[in-house]
Amino acid sequence: MSSESEESQSGVEVRKAPSTLRSDNPSVANSALGNYMTIESDENLLVASASSEASSTASQSNGIIHTEHSEHKPRLLLMGLKRSGKSSISNVVFHKMAPHETLFLEATTQIKKDSMRSFMDFQVWDLPGQIDYLDQSFDADSIFGGVGAMIWVLDAQDNYMEAIVRLTETIVHLQQSFPEIKYSVFIHKTDSLAEDYREDIIRDITQRVSDDLFDAGLENPPVSFYPTSIYDYGIFEAFSKVIQSLIPQLPVFEALLNTITASCRFEKVYLFDVLSKIYIASDTSAAELATYGLCSDYIDVIVDLSEVYGWERGRKDDGSKRAKDISKQSAESFISNVKGYSLYLREINTYLALVGISKEARFEPEKALVDYNVQALQKTLKKVLRRG
Amino acid sequence: MDKFKQKTEKKKVLLMGRSGAGKSSMRSIIFSNYVAKDVRRLPTTIGVESSTFKFLGNLMLNIWDCGGQGAYVESYLHDSAERTKVFSGVGVLIYVFDVESREFDTEDRNARDLVTYSAIVKALAENSPQARVFALVHKMDLVQTDFREQVLKDKSSAIRQRSGTFQRTIRTYGTSIWDQTLYKAWGMIVHSLIPNLDVIEGILSDLVGITEAEEIILFERTTFLTVTSVKSEIGERNPYEDRFERLSNIIKTFKSSISTFTGSSTSSHQFGELYIKTTRFNLIVAMLTTNTYALIVLPPGEVELQCTRLNLFIARDQFVQLAGFSDESRKSQ
Repeated sequence: MSSESEESQSGVEVRKAPSTLRSDNPSVANSALGNYMTIESDENLLVASASSEASSTASQSNGIIHTEHSEHKPRLLLMGLKRSGKSSISNVVFHKMAPHETLFLEATTQIKKDSMRSFMDFQVWDLPGQIDYLDQSFDADSIFGGVGAMIWVLDAQDNYMEAIVRLTETIVHLQQSFPEIKYSVFIHKTDSLAEDYREDIIRDITQRVSDDLFDAGLENPPVSFYPTSIYDYGIFEAFSKVIQSLIPQLPVFEALLNTITASCRFEKVYLFDVLSKIYIASDTSAAELATYGLCSDYIDVIVDLSEVYGWERGRKDDGSKRAKDISKQSAESFISNVKGYSLYLREINTYLALVGISKEARFEPEKALVDYNVQALQKTLKKVLRRG
Repeated sequence: MDKFKQKTEKKKVLLMGRSGAGKSSMRSIIFSNYVAKDVRRLPTTIGVESSTFKFLGNLMLNIWDCGGQGAYVESYLHDSAERTKVFSGVGVLIYVFDVESREFDTEDRNARDLVTYSAIVKALAENSPQARVFALVHKMDLVQTDFREQVLKDKSSAIRQRSGTFQRTIRTYGTSIWDQTLYKAWGMIVHSLIPNLDVIEGILSDLVGITEAEEIILFERTTFLTVTSVKSEIGERNPYEDRFERLSNIIKTFKSSISTFTGSSTSSHQFGELYIKTTRFNLIVAMLTTNTYALIVLPPGEVELQCTRLNLFIARDQFVQLAGFSDESRKSQ
């Protein structure tokens, strides 16, 4: 039995980035950390094939209304002008595509749906940019009904005036019918901007969008701005923040993580979704992007090492108390002396892991206390998650 | 302990191949912790770039990265002073072939790559007949996956035919800087260079016995190339046969993220100790001597983990006494 059958179970392709030089084994599902669910890509549902109005009317009879009612997952929409980088983002974040490979992506012509199965199920819809969704003949309800957050991807190295006009139009329009939607603007491709005026462009865009929305009568629009790039951790950080805005228990998580940070003398603590490496909560102290990057790479190391050594050894379960204890324990890892820091990881449940970074090179004597505290946190988190 | 004491051993490693084949890229990834995508910025090598590299304490690798442009090759081969200088006292010749090269036709006896290669091998045979030859067919990532095996087979046999006196000892590997094949090839090269390997392996098997470990792998500190490994019966059954290369790869990638985190660019980004505890196994990666890291895989359980950490600490002394490991650590003891 063993690995072969497990690999075929996962069935879903998770591409590994060649830039990080990892194995081409597509399966991560047999990680011993627990069988993390892979990201599933639903079949592309034809909602509207580019620009044809006839098809948009046809789509109403196409079963979308049905899907909408049958799926109660919070939905994330990726919108923006064509070629602004929407599909690249969803491929990098949810399919582990290497950033430089996104150059070869074709233009999206249909709505692409991805679902992220984690402690909470999400759907991510990638909407092609060339269609005008505000058109009256569109069944807006089938797309925007039940949407939790909308991400507008704005190409910062392009002339962004048109994009800003479209963005504000869309927000103003949607505000009337769907006031619950939260908006995030990804000021994208910031890596290509010269450092000298990167800040200026970001400020300019932020200012213009806010002004336009103000002029349209929206005083405090629920819009947040994030500079992003697929070539660094910026896109993951921004996605994390968007997803956090959809989590009702976020304040509870943050309070708990603040407590653990104080009691274990961590610098920073993240609660990661292991597979997507999006963090769903962290303590509220400020941290640099590099800290998130290190923790994220640390998870990579553990998942990769677990893949190599997590094979089924067919040890006999002798039913002893010791064997039971072992099977109950959750995965745990520790690295000491990383340039004066140390990293700690503990599996919370199948999807989540806690990663902490500490400024002490090693906390050998206190390790047991840290374990105890984190175990207590784990229990509480599980309770919170169950209620949610 | 005297029998272990040796003088520093120097090994000369020649890195040759046509211009643009990827010699310097390889060297930078293996020895200077470059990430694959960064090697694009490397300039063409002019003449011979020689660098020394301390490996396992008393083994000095003297790497001669020889520029591959026609004029240089001409001078290595035909200027008699150069010829003796370059080809004498060579321990290992690593010859890099570009798989995409148009001048390497397996059918054509006069293909320029092969002609140059056989001339170089001949020069080597005259000056250092004891040397070992490794041929790397590089940039395999450019070949479609289905054809890789066949292409490598064809090229290898063509290379072997032209290897003269080294025909029987030469080893060929397909490599690419974009995956772990590079580590596999270099792991084998390094393995062939290490003195007193059997003594090291002896101690490691003792350690496997004592700690009931499934597997112990010894890595060199800077390059994280596999020096040697010892397995127990259970360890033998691990389905992942390419794991050594993968491990080198995983840990090197992580080391480069440490350097991003700390914002410094030196090649020595180390960590003290890493362990992973899961329901199926325990894994420890820890510094064994100042030049090596050991990776130990154990059955699950807290007791096993902590005992082995202690055992490893005790084992360090024995390794330090071995020649082939660092002098500094001996002083600090």
